[in-house]
Amino acid sequence: MMAENKAPQVGISRRHFLRDSLWGTCLAGLGALTGFVVSKRRKTNTLWQIDPYTCIACGNCATYCVLDKSAVKCTHAFSVCGYCRICFGFFGPEPVDITEGAENQVCPTGAIKRRFVEDPYYEYTIDESLCNGCGKCVKGCNTFGNGSLFLQVRHDRCLNCNECSIAAACPSGAYKRVPAETPYLLKRAGHA
Amino acid sequence: MRRSSYIPSAPLRAGIIGIALLPALSIAAPAVQRFPPPEFESGYELPSPTTPQPRQDIYEYIDAAVLLATLGVGAYLVLRKRSRPVIFALAVFSLLYFGFWRKGCVCSVGAIQNIILSIFDRSYAVPIVVLAFFLLPLIFTLFFGRIFCAGVCPLGAIQDLVLVQPVRVPNWLESALRLFAYVYLGAAILFAATGSAFIICRYDPFVSFFRLSGNWNILTLGGSVLLVSVFVGRPYCRFVCPYGVILRQLSRISKWNVTITPALSGYGSAFRRDESGVEGPDECVRCRLCEDSCPFGAIREPTADWTGRDYSIGKKRLVLLMVLLPVLTLSVGWAGSRLKNVTARMHATVRLAERVYLEDAGKVEGTTNASLAFRATGRQPAQLYAEASNIRARFELGGWFFGGFVGLVAGLKLIGLSRRVTRTDYEADRASCLACGRCFEYCPRERVRRKRVEN
Repeated sequence: MMAENKAPQVGISRRHFLRDSLWGTCLAGLGALTGFVVSKRRKTNTLWQIDPYTCIACGNCATYCVLDKSAVKCTHAFSVCGYCRICFGFFGPEPVDITEGAENQVCPTGAIKRRFVEDPYYEYTIDESLCNGCGKCVKGCNTFGNGSLFLQVRHDRCLNCNECSIAAACPSGAYKRVPAETPYLLKRAGHA
Repeated sequence: MRRSSYIPSAPLRAGIIGIALLPALSIAAPAVQRFPPPEFESGYELPSPTTPQPRQDIYEYIDAAVLLATLGVGAYLVLRKRSRPVIFALAVFSLLYFGFWRKGCVCSVGAIQNIILSIFDRSYAVPIVVLAFFLLPLIFTLFFGRIFCAGVCPLGAIQDLVLVQPVRVPNWLESALRLFAYVYLGAAILFAATGSAFIICRYDPFVSFFRLSGNWNILTLGGSVLLVSVFVGRPYCRFVCPYGVILRQLSRISKWNVTITPALSGYGSAFRRDESGVEGPDECVRCRLCEDSCPFGAIREPTADWTGRDYSIGKKRLVLLMVLLPVLTLSVGWAGSRLKNVTARMHATVRLAERVYLEDAGKVEGTTNASLAFRATGRQPAQLYAEASNIRARFELGGWFFGGFVGLVAGLKLIGLSRRVTRTDYEADRASCLACGRCFEYCPRERVRRKRVEN
């Protein structure tokens, strides 16, 4: 490929020897750094995720994401849900009536869908295309309900920034780096 | 409002009162099963929460492969083919792939922070692909010079794209502004090592364009830098980029590097002459046609000899500066350590400790989400204060290194400016040359090589 310069050398000068040694040392140094970093053995990427037991549903997730529509959405742990007729994650304070009217809901975008299952149980599901990650429903559910609604970073939307802007702004430190094999930290029944 | 058929039930009344108290109870308690799990009789099955999968691993490896390929092609284009239009085409490809397609993240510039964090934080390990993004350009620079800057880095490419009317930056200003890049590198390492922030990512001016979204602050920053880039060649690369600081040093000792004339550069002009001192057919003839061809101020002219008087003044100045070097290093290092209370505030724990302290001492009214969240965990403030003190101590030690690094660099720069350099040809400064290839076509030897001109 590239030939060394053809000009005849009159021996190797001290300067060139020193430069060569420095070059070799830098190369060896990079090799050592590689060895050290690889020894920690992380093959796959890390992702950002919210620990739902640390999250206080402050509302920063909706506003600090670098995307216009935040990558954080509300998720529902159905196994934890009480299926209440009066859901404190669905109904706001002082609802006019216990119906699905928008004026009764705590969700500002109407992303929670309420569906009658059987007496007295109602099913609540999140429409992710409407959810903006504000966490108002999470706050209500955690404070007065079972805490089955929780915020999670959705990895089909998240850009996985090297420094997550929401993580930097999270007041309770709920953002963690998780391995790509376990991208979600879900709430489950039986957790305290 | 129909009230006749609606009787507020007891739970609802309790709920209304409770929700009215919501501000005081604004901390989400750990999930308590307040309502028992339902027993369905209709055969209803509980759905599971959806878990959309992230980008598959294979695509990360493809990114690394593309990086390797563009580096290889770049080295060939800069050192062998020597064609500016093709180098530019490679830069546009890199801008489209690493910039707009991959949204500029993860990038080699930011990867410094990941490496530093993995050294100082035992719980963090760098993913292999991020390591590749850090390492591959460094290795290629050790061999071929700053070809990464020329054709691969999307940040450089976007600046190169808008460079229309380059203005020459005076040498003294160039040297002074470049010191900022060293400060930025030192600060980035300090904040990454203490686990406070990734400032290179936070203040990346171009990432908002790559993502096509951002708040007003970052869009303004990006727009301003791009506006400056129209007139000043690659200001981020020359005066800010922390990765460029590392690339500069490696490029100084690279095996091969950009030459304005077509002769392959080993270690400088003296190397290209044969024993009798006669110039070869590709050597520089000092025609001066390339003098103003570099928009980045990277071309160095042949030097005049020093007179005897120059020499004696220069020697005295050099001795003075060499004495000044350790003074500068230690004094700026000391200043860096004294700044620990300011720099430590970059860390969230320190900010929280200060806030909790102020609230407990009654010096500030109200609470923040962070202080409320802390109190809800039940941890003792004393433990938080101890953690914050630990972090401040790390910033004190780190400040010594950060300040010492800046002082050392400033001192070495002053010494470097006082060195006598013997140069007989027009050369690309190994550290500053961004390998863009603009100067090639100015050289008549190059035109002979391209068979545009008869020898």
